Amino acid sequence: MNGADPVATTAVYDVAVVGGGPAGLAAAACAAEHGARVVAIDQGARPGGQVWRHAHRDHLPALGREWIERCERSGARWLAGAAVVDGSARDGLVVVQRAESFLVRARHIVIATGARELFLPFPGWTLPNVLGLGGAKALLDAGMTVFGRRVVVAGSGPLVFAVAATMARAGAHVAAVAEQAPRSRVARFAAGLLRHPGKMLQGARYRAAFARTRFRPGTWISRAEGNGRLERVVLTNGERTWTEPCDLLCCSYGLVPNTDLARLLGCTVTDGVVNVDEHQRTSDPSIYCAGEPTGVAGDAAALVEGEIAGRCAADDATLRNGSPLYVARDRWRRFTTDLAAAFHPRGELLERPDASTVLCRCEDVRCGGIDPRWTGRQAKLYTRVGMGPCQGAVCGPACQLLFGFAPGFTRPPLAAPPLAALLPDLPDWANL
Amino acid sequence: MSHRFDIVVDGRPVAATGDWTLAAALLNAGIVRFRTSVTGEARAPLCGMGSCFECRVRVNGVAHQRACLLLCEEGMIVETET
Repeated sequence: MNGADPVATTAVYDVAVVGGGPAGLAAAACAAEHGARVVAIDQGARPGGQVWRHAHRDHLPALGREWIERCERSGARWLAGAAVVDGSARDGLVVVQRAESFLVRARHIVIATGARELFLPFPGWTLPNVLGLGGAKALLDAGMTVFGRRVVVAGSGPLVFAVAATMARAGAHVAAVAEQAPRSRVARFAAGLLRHPGKMLQGARYRAAFARTRFRPGTWISRAEGNGRLERVVLTNGERTWTEPCDLLCCSYGLVPNTDLARLLGCTVTDGVVNVDEHQRTSDPSIYCAGEPTGVAGDAAALVEGEIAGRCAADDATLRNGSPLYVARDRWRRFTTDLAAAFHPRGELLERPDASTVLCRCEDVRCGGIDPRWTGRQAKLYTRVGMGPCQGAVCGPACQLLFGFAPGFTRPPLAAPPLAALLPDLPDWANL
Repeated sequence: MSHRFDIVVDGRPVAATGDWTLAAALLNAGIVRFRTSVTGEARAPLCGMGSCFECRVRVNGVAHQRACLLLCEEGMIVETET
């Protein structure tokens, strides 16, 4: 992994991996170990993605450290702090790194772009100190201190447990832990974990870490309040509503696969998930996809899929259907169904929030500004919803769920690059 | 414990280490207005991983830098977007 010397734009790699989480690390390492010339392109300052984000390598779980070190030994080239903004012209991936842009050419691409959080707007969700669950985890791993702070953890899915535990271990006072899914769904999910003893054990460890706080299934955020910053949240279980003073709220409702790059490159995406065959190959035979973009299933699935994708992209002929890797992958894939069955948002969360609640945080479009009879395209044209810097990454899924808008089409650039990266000879005054 | 240094945020010193992202350093210093929204609201990090753009600040004169994606560096001069 060496990102110091400039990338030779004339070089053609065998495999370009986009994303540096478990799937990307496994794909890059395994492709390089099988003799391919590999380049990995990752937005993060350090390899590991969101799951293995770390301020210091000693803080990583053993598995994360092993894969990062294995990838370093493999000889794969690592581009940190780099984003793919285009690739639609098919002559290579347009990469922006700091204030430079360049083309990365490769015979095969592995898309390992992970997932982002699902946010559903509620009154007060734009207040400072309201974070996503993954956001809170990422900021903790990046050095945020929460010692002595009063934290409410809410939303849905395994991250509720993980973040409550992480907050308690970091010395926060965990005031409430609320899971929107009803108790019956949570119980069924927990019973299903018997098939995954590792996950079961992990869950038990998390629960022990926040043992002093009651876990409340069937409970969700009604609103957050505060003057310029979060001061309290109002929780409800449908029958009773109560206020919990706090100075940090961590809340999100599961994960949304990042399929933008796959769409941009012309891969078939169905119901928000990239279609792949048994070799992790997309509808385009030169492009593979691994991990959450093929359906949210967690880091164990991502590692196996990354390994399959990396080895297939490196033309490893020893990998065949029926190999243990394929069997493991198919087992983890079933976890996707279990997660969706347990943690899909309850009906109350899909009702539109009151008119003054912000829907699009970039453009401050409020729920009342959207006419439910509009199409998504009309809503964009009339209100600029989803047209700010995040390009609908945050409000897009909420717009689909609350207003029934179809997913927007994808076009370059995928992230707003600095103007100087596209036009290198700008005068200083144009550095907007 | 890694080396501690100060960065400058809106003219004031803020404690940092090279292991922290800029977003973490600002939050640890109690800063809650990273940017001002188009209708004048204070905004601060939401996603922590580069997708929401709520944590953008001006770093060493370059506008719209996502504080959650940058590691702190000695000599960094940061302006919140107010």
